[in-house]
Amino acid sequence: MKARIKFRKYGVMRFIGHLDVMRFFQKAMRRAGIPIAFTGGYSPHMIMSFAQPLGVGVTSDGEYLDIELQEEIDPQDAVRRLNEVSVEGIEVVNFCRIPDDKKSSGMTIVAAAGYRAVLLESAKSADIPRAFPESWKEKMTEFLRQDSIVVLKRTKRSEAQTDIKPLIYQMRLEENGIYLFLAAGSEQNLKPDLVIKAFLDFIGEDPDSVPFHYHRIDVYARNIRKPQDAMAFVPLDQV
Amino acid sequence: MRKLALNDEILLKIEKPARYIGNEVNSVMKDKSKIDIRFAMCFPDVYEIGMSHLGIQILYDMFNRREDVWCERVYSPWTDLDRIMRDEQIPLFALESQDPIKEFDFLGITIQYEMCYTNILQVIDLSGIPLNACDRSESDPIVIGGGPCTYNPEPLADFFDMFYIGEGETVYDQLLDAYKENKKHGGSRKDYLQKAAEIEGIYVPQFYRTEYKEDGTIASFTPTDPHAKQTIQKQMIADLTDTYYPMTPVVPFIKVTQDRVVLEIQRGCIRGCRFCQAGMLYRPTRERDVETLKQYACAMLKNTGHEEISLSSLSSSDYSQLKELVTFLIEEFKDEGINICLPSLRIDAFSLDVMGKVQDIRKSSLTFAPEAGSQRMRDVINKGLTEEIILDGAGQAFEGGWNKVKLYFMLGLPTETKEDMKAIPRLADKIARRYYEIPKDKRSGKCQITTSTSFFIPKPFTPFQWAKMYDTEEYIARAAVVKHEFQEQLNRKSLKYHWHEADVTVLEGVFARGDRRLSKVILEAYRLGCLYDSWTETFDNEKWMQAFENTGVDIGFYNLRERDQGEIFPWDFIDIGVTKDFLYQEWERAMKGEVTPNCRVKCSGCGVMKYKGGVCIESKN
Repeated sequence: MKARIKFRKYGVMRFIGHLDVMRFFQKAMRRAGIPIAFTGGYSPHMIMSFAQPLGVGVTSDGEYLDIELQEEIDPQDAVRRLNEVSVEGIEVVNFCRIPDDKKSSGMTIVAAAGYRAVLLESAKSADIPRAFPESWKEKMTEFLRQDSIVVLKRTKRSEAQTDIKPLIYQMRLEENGIYLFLAAGSEQNLKPDLVIKAFLDFIGEDPDSVPFHYHRIDVYARNIRKPQDAMAFVPLDQV
Repeated sequence: MRKLALNDEILLKIEKPARYIGNEVNSVMKDKSKIDIRFAMCFPDVYEIGMSHLGIQILYDMFNRREDVWCERVYSPWTDLDRIMRDEQIPLFALESQDPIKEFDFLGITIQYEMCYTNILQVIDLSGIPLNACDRSESDPIVIGGGPCTYNPEPLADFFDMFYIGEGETVYDQLLDAYKENKKHGGSRKDYLQKAAEIEGIYVPQFYRTEYKEDGTIASFTPTDPHAKQTIQKQMIADLTDTYYPMTPVVPFIKVTQDRVVLEIQRGCIRGCRFCQAGMLYRPTRERDVETLKQYACAMLKNTGHEEISLSSLSSSDYSQLKELVTFLIEEFKDEGINICLPSLRIDAFSLDVMGKVQDIRKSSLTFAPEAGSQRMRDVINKGLTEEIILDGAGQAFEGGWNKVKLYFMLGLPTETKEDMKAIPRLADKIARRYYEIPKDKRSGKCQITTSTSFFIPKPFTPFQWAKMYDTEEYIARAAVVKHEFQEQLNRKSLKYHWHEADVTVLEGVFARGDRRLSKVILEAYRLGCLYDSWTETFDNEKWMQAFENTGVDIGFYNLRERDQGEIFPWDFIDIGVTKDFLYQEWERAMKGEVTPNCRVKCSGCGVMKYKGGVCIESKN
């Protein structure tokens, strides 16, 4: 019996790293008395997996973790109980049952993520946005009209020149920030700061002196109800 | 939403920003406009260490039960943030409100080990409070110290307005009420210090004067203020069951050293090992009621969501209801995936049985702390463990499937000879031999006997407070004797040996038994850049040596002489209940190699009976 939990991460909690958010939820499960299942052995641990890690400093309205349950629990009750034992900055917004098979796990089906990149007055505060320069709208069109957008992609082990253009599904200027809809998941993954850096490089701005705050709007899977449409996605809690 | 003291740019640049943002589960928020007293409770080390300390959790809970007090936490900023705060002149702040410490009424600092002394200055300094108590103004917080090192607070005398000597559960209410009262009547800082000086257990160092003899020892120590007491009585809570215990400890976001529920089962120790300060300070041994502890365990696990629980006390095997408590914890929580973390127990059928239930035998190891290698030396230190008990316990464990043993010893104990040092590897080898007596098909490969030695440091209020220490070269030479002897052993391939740094030992020795004249050395070391001296990566012995040289203080005076029976010690003004006469009698017995029975076998008349608690009155109820 498996369930998917959707939560928001905001405020000071953006400074808590991914592994510590996992620790937070392990302890929250116990405080809330959620009947979560354990692995066997001498040091049993909770069966829990996160769909897509979130970087330190980034806020989100759509984070997901899957858990295995020992017994049925009312979804609304579970949401209420988790929020009662939570802290300001982590809010559970949905709890839903998902199929038990491995190929339905959040980690497996993640295909895209939506972000808002907000231009800031200063790197000192994520709360004070700044309006975009007039010229950016046109420059963004030019940026996206390129045949390829090659950047240096760093992983823990290596660096490689990669064309990220195919991974940018959408990018546009909106009133409250740059909207980004990017490939996500274990196969191909693109972080929003890498796109913004490429854009700033393209327009001749120094990325280190143009501060942004990143906010994840939601995480998506491919819409299996529309298999013919490669660009059809649904949020992970609506699969 | 709370506004953080540090901006985003800083928080995203430093290591582990979670150390500085507060907001943890069970941390206490209050409306500061409805509060009379704001108390900042500090552990002067990094967050992960400070958050692991039970004493602060107890006091945090106790203070916040009062509606007129808001107690918040503050820890030492790590070196990365320390630099930024100095460069950008950001004042040190409390985690909950994120308000500057300077706005608080009290800054309480727990002093758990000598090597945190420069961190104390860091905390006071970054708060923008003058380092010397005498330079503080009406608007500065009252800086109060507590914890084990305050049983000799003299090296820190210049920096504190007052010290609380003893267990925090007794007179804090009185101290806080007096503060409120003084504030209400417009009393000055000095008025308050005088009122505090009259409260039992409170020591205000600036109200005392020390005179020295020509040879550097103390001639006299006298109060200079009519409100100051001649003797400070150690504070102790007689009934441990009927007192505060935090049911909702703060749950950190990041992994801290003690990332679990801690259940303090008893305070004090009946054993009377002559090197052990805790064993004398926390007399008499007092147990908590087992039924209460069971309730605490359930409530605390529920309120924190921790997946591990550990028992805390000295010599846990002496807790009379241990079997019942451990059995309860295993039966109640094992199926819920709760890990039960056992303290080191005397090895017997019961402890092997429970260890087998809660640990993976192949991975876990047995721990023995014989403290000395030879029986002669163990008699000197009054450690009741015999070779027979060790070999028998190890044998039982080996037959039960264990093959790893950890051994802890001290080097540099009073009267120690080369033979005593060599007895350490020989004992380790005997344990290995015991393992290889088991037929090959019944044992699992090789055994692994890991031996660690630390260097003995004489502490105040122990029978060894008169003993001399050695210099760094001598310590290293003693460790070398042990190391060479290890290479001579039959089973040397199954034996491992580690020894501790000697430089730190020398400094700890100076500060453990030092006097007021050391305040200037600590200040100088801090000025030279010493910080986080308990961390090997930041400890800088050369700077410390420089500080001693610049201030003209001689290490040898504190470490290299045996003290006379009649010498006035810097800590003599504190009465812990155990008398100096008893301690001296124990020192003499030690020199003769005579053992003294534990408190349950026979009362030795140490003096602590006057507190009328715990083991002293157990049999008389």
